[in-house]
Order: sequence, then structure tokens, then C-alpha cells
Amino acid sequence: MKKQAAYAAFVVLLLAAAAYAAFFIAPTDARQGVVYRIIFLHVPCAETGLLSFFVCFVGNVAYVLKRDAKWDWLGVSAAEVGLAFTTACLVTGPIWAKPVWGIWWTWDARLTSTAVLWLLYVAYLLLRSLIEEPERRALLSALFGIFAFIDVPLVFGSIRWWRTQHPQPVIMGGPGSGLDPTMKAVLFFCWAPMLALMVLLMQSRYRLEAMRGDLDVVRREMETA
Amino acid sequence: MKNLNSVFAAYLVAWGIFFVYYLTVARRAAALREELEKLKNSLPRNK
Repeated sequence: MKKQAAYAAFVVLLLAAAAYAAFFIAPTDARQGVVYRIIFLHVPCAETGLLSFFVCFVGNVAYVLKRDAKWDWLGVSAAEVGLAFTTACLVTGPIWAKPVWGIWWTWDARLTSTAVLWLLYVAYLLLRSLIEEPERRALLSALFGIFAFIDVPLVFGSIRWWRTQHPQPVIMGGPGSGLDPTMKAVLFFCWAPMLALMVLLMQSRYRLEAMRGDLDVVRREMETA
Repeated sequence: MKNLNSVFAAYLVAWGIFFVYYLTVARRAAALREELEKLKNSLPRNK
């Protein structure tokens, strides 16, 4: 418990350092002005969300193959955490878009595929809440989770494959893309606390699911007693 | 410094989402821990 509190404090410090870097170290963008600084939050949230869904996918595939409840616990933990990061991404995006595009939202490939991704993982969690029997719940949600993951490469590729209102990729983009070196360094630095936060949230959520597993065991013992 | 409010709003909302989520996980864990303890304590009496 003390270790977790210390780690949580470390994550808070990292988040504060990232905010400092985003506000005071990164230079102001010549065209967008100060509002572009939202990308130091929005992009790491988006990437961390996709990474969480990848962890969920790994848990889902491993559960289908091994039928070990621990993989199911990892799957649901990663799905919830991914949803938190994707929600943050979907909220911060429009806050940036309104002053830059003049509109909060547009149905382009990147925004639409991200909204669909969010809905798919909400459906994953809803599905879990509808099935009582643990093994059946784990298997069906793992199969649904594997299906939902199909959207992750679509979200990642959408700004590379199609012309979108959303800006083209600044990292791993085509020729002519990229960022000012200081902006790029700050962007990577801002990703670190998001990854640390992902680990913290996933660990906490995994422990919660493990406790639920223990509770099921105790209940079963009581029923047979 | 035009649109600085938008930057602050984005940071506040995103951090708020993570804080509230962390809080809900902690609350759910506390409730489960309590339930687990109750059940464990009642187990020997049932036997």
C-alpha cells in the first residue's frame, strides 16, 4: 500500500513536470499560438489509450488460449483504463479544434474511428455487466474484445491512409512531416507520465478484479459449506 | 496568450477524468475489501 502511494506521488510529480514542460519549455507555435500546447496532453492520451487496448487484446487472446482468469482480469483492467485515456483524448481534441478549426467536431476518418473505438469498449464493459457466470463472461468478453481491437489499427492508420480534417501524423509520418526538435522532445517527455499513469491505473484496477475473484471463491465455499 | 483558457480547460478536464477514475477504483476496492472481510469472518460460523 505504501509502495503504491509512493508510486502515485511519483506519477503526480511526473504529470506536473510534463505540464511545466508543455507550458514553459516548448516554444509557441507560429500559426496556432498557445492553443497548440494541448497536443502535449491530447497526443499522449490518444497513444496511451491505444496501447491500453493492445494490452486488453493480449489479455483477451491469452484468455481464449489458456482459460486462466488472470488474463481476463488483465483484459478488463486494460479496457477500462484505455477507455479513460480515450475519453480524455475525445474531450481534449474538441477543446483544441474549436479555436483552430472553428468547429468542435467533424466526422472525418480519425475522429469517427476513435468515437467508434470508444463505443466498442463501452460495449465490452456493458457485455461483461450483463453476464453473471464468470467463465462465460470471460470467454464472451474476450471474443468481443478481440473483435473490438480491429478498430485500433484503423484509428492509427486513418490519418495516414485517408485525407482528414485531423492533422497528419507528426511522428512516423510521411516525408515533410515532423516537429521542431524541442517540441518533439517535450512531446516524448509528456508521454512518460501518461505511461506511468497507465501502469498505476491498470495495477489498481487489476487488484480490484483479483479481489472480485477471491470474493467469488469465498462465496462458492460458503455455498458448499 | 489568446486561447490560454482552452489549454487550461483541456488540462483540468483530462486530469479530472483520471482523478475521478482513480477514485472510483479505490472506492470499489474498499467496498469489495469490506465485503470480503465480512464473508471471511462469517465462513467458520457456517461450518
